[in-house]
Amino acid sequence: MTSAVIDAHLSEEHHGPAKGIRRWLYTTNHKDIGSMYLVFSLVMFLVGGSMALVIRSELFTPGLQFVDPAFFNQMTTMHALIMVFGAVMPAFVGLANWMVPLMIGAPDMALPRMNNWSFWILPVAFGMLGSTLFMDGGAPASGWTMYPPLVLQTGDAFPFLIFSVHLMGLSSIMGAINVIVTIINMRAPDMTLLKMPMFVWTWLITAYLLIAVMPVLAGAVTMLLTDQFFGTSFFLAAGGGDPVMFQHIFWFFGHPEVYIMILPAFGVVSEIIPTFSRKPLFGHDSMVYAASSIAFLSFIVWAHHMFTTGMPLTGQLFFMFATMLIAVPTGVKVFNWVGTMWRGAMTFETPMLFALAFVVLFTIGGFSGLMLAIAPADIQYHDSYFVVAHFHYVLVPGAVFGIMAGVYYWMPKWTGRMYDERLGQIHFWLSTIFVNLTFFPMHFVGLAGMPRRIPDYSTQFADFNSVASIGAIGYGVSQLLFVYIVVKCVRRQGETATDMVWDHPKGLEWTVPSPAPYHTFDTPPRVTEGATFH
Amino acid sequence: MTHAENRYYVPHDSHWPAVGAVGLLFLMVGVSFWLNGSSPGFWVMLAGLAVVVFMVAGWFHDVIGESVGGMYNQQVDMSFRMGMFWFIFSEVMFFAAFFGALFYARNMAVPWLGGESNNFFTNLLLWEGYEGSWPSNGPGNVGGEYEVMAPFGLPLINTAILLTSSITVTIAHHALQHGKRGLLYVFLAATFLLGYVFVFLQAEEYIHAYQEMNLKLTSGIYGSTFFMLTGFHGLHVTVGAIMLTVIWLRAIRGHFSPRQHFAFEAAAWYWHFVDVVWMGLYVFVYWM
Repeated sequence: MTSAVIDAHLSEEHHGPAKGIRRWLYTTNHKDIGSMYLVFSLVMFLVGGSMALVIRSELFTPGLQFVDPAFFNQMTTMHALIMVFGAVMPAFVGLANWMVPLMIGAPDMALPRMNNWSFWILPVAFGMLGSTLFMDGGAPASGWTMYPPLVLQTGDAFPFLIFSVHLMGLSSIMGAINVIVTIINMRAPDMTLLKMPMFVWTWLITAYLLIAVMPVLAGAVTMLLTDQFFGTSFFLAAGGGDPVMFQHIFWFFGHPEVYIMILPAFGVVSEIIPTFSRKPLFGHDSMVYAASSIAFLSFIVWAHHMFTTGMPLTGQLFFMFATMLIAVPTGVKVFNWVGTMWRGAMTFETPMLFALAFVVLFTIGGFSGLMLAIAPADIQYHDSYFVVAHFHYVLVPGAVFGIMAGVYYWMPKWTGRMYDERLGQIHFWLSTIFVNLTFFPMHFVGLAGMPRRIPDYSTQFADFNSVASIGAIGYGVSQLLFVYIVVKCVRRQGETATDMVWDHPKGLEWTVPSPAPYHTFDTPPRVTEGATFH
Repeated sequence: MTHAENRYYVPHDSHWPAVGAVGLLFLMVGVSFWLNGSSPGFWVMLAGLAVVVFMVAGWFHDVIGESVGGMYNQQVDMSFRMGMFWFIFSEVMFFAAFFGALFYARNMAVPWLGGESNNFFTNLLLWEGYEGSWPSNGPGNVGGEYEVMAPFGLPLINTAILLTSSITVTIAHHALQHGKRGLLYVFLAATFLLGYVFVFLQAEEYIHAYQEMNLKLTSGIYGSTFFMLTGFHGLHVTVGAIMLTVIWLRAIRGHFSPRQHFAFEAAAWYWHFVDVVWMGLYVFVYWM
């Protein structure tokens, strides 16, 4: 008790961060934890990206050249698990940690110690997952969806896979609880719900989705574990179970999961486009309702991932129409972004370039999603490269560009230095050109019948595949430029950033100095009319 | 002591999260090795579990110290309340996955194996003669013949026990709010004792199922859903009863005031949650 009282006195004196490794291990500061999430995510992005390059190198020409098929399958599985749970989700949690308290005028996250625990579980989870590469039987090779009975053929890696997924879920759930509680309970007094910035709104909805579905994934993989080691029959037809049941449970998690990975990106883009159009966000409230509708619909569309695995016709029809309904709120968002730019005094700094590319390229991914939603057509597209093209369009120039845009947009606030605008724009153009070179040809080979997750292919697909591989290597190498730009900023090289950073952006985060002090908003700020978009 | 009234208490450097991460590392790696057939893994798992328990105890020690020391204002209290609410919601969704598996197996997988819907040939070619009816251990008669757990024996008694314990915990809460400490101690003790009795009877039921009914975890989908649902529930009852025991010990040491007793409420919420899950279990697993 006494020590706690002393701690409180110290905190009032605004002491800075601890020294050395203890600062990072023991911290409860949302900015430190946000930085750790972002660095972790960047490392995972490069690791997962290297695995993608192994895949693309193998697919550069027909035939088998570099890796054997078993290892190829391990690469596709690990690439997906690392990118989904290690790169994209932690990056958004990192952005939320940094920005949500700054945007709503809170002194920190609501539950700061749990916040640190959420982060430190991640290296444990990915250490376990990564170690499977060196085990008997290799890493998991069943695809990230872990369908039984195939996944039950995993070697020693199997329990490591299951428990690392459990840990990722634990981390996400605690992170999401923290975000929700922070947003509901820690807002400055006059920051009403509908005055909240869109990034905060989309994260509120994302956090709700996370708490709702991550436990379902935990349940699904627990059933896999007991089927494998304790003789249960959940996914065994002889015992009255059904392997397709796993797919239902998995995708009940999996579909909301894809919105978990895109809604925060919607939020980032909804911050950036108004700033660089010098106009308020068009239809702020309708954006809130659209994001909520997307979240609701995401729970009732899961079986569109399974049109070919057997379900009653009425089921196919229901899931087809429900899926196509999602285009309506998503369309609201896209039109609102365009409406925000309409007659705006636009400039095109790097964050805006990424945000604009997001709007255009994510929409392409959305349209191919509509095509896949149509059950009779999906039977043709299923498990082809068309699907790969679709979800990479929503995930790379979608989610990842959203993250990049956010990093360029807020990095001056974090580091106090402007990033190198020229290099940033070069990074943008290289990324955008190469990402399209990589994924656009996949639509064609997919429609022509090239199956996904196979290390070899018919010679007719050779040209498009080599183009895609060149694009992938180009995209991968361009990201080293991003690393260089970030490192330069973090090492305090480059122009000093002003407190506003941009041309009169709205939002409380721009009212604190650059770099943001270790402690901000110890007392709640006044939310003036000028600070919000209303 | 009340100087923090208007400030949100942000704790400083805590080593518990890092300890917790290390504990989880040993726990998860240990259990993985153990499942892969390496017996030292078992001891690594226990070591990890010990670290996690140590972490939970130490972390709560800090939080209780801060709470008793008056560091928490109303806003912090509200954060804890919301955190507990969303945690329980995540638990509800975890159980939902297993209830979903039960409903799916019962209403779809098993009837389909028996030839319903458009699965006439599945039944004829793969599982001829199998009539898909619930309960079932599947067309392969996995686990051999078994008896079905009847709803009106121990399970009914257990239902009565849990419902009673939800009433006793509510009486304890009212006693706490009105400053009747004696009543609080008695009814809170009654609550967790009922909880332990429930767990004991559940264990009896399991022993009976394994030894005399040949109803096991391996008894096809019926055994799987029965034991996984009741097993996870029993685990939650155990955790809830331990939570209430800790609250009781704290109450005896003079913690909690009629107005400020969030820890008590959190444990009580959790207790009502395991009660509600049990009602679902009793209706859908035992009865229907």
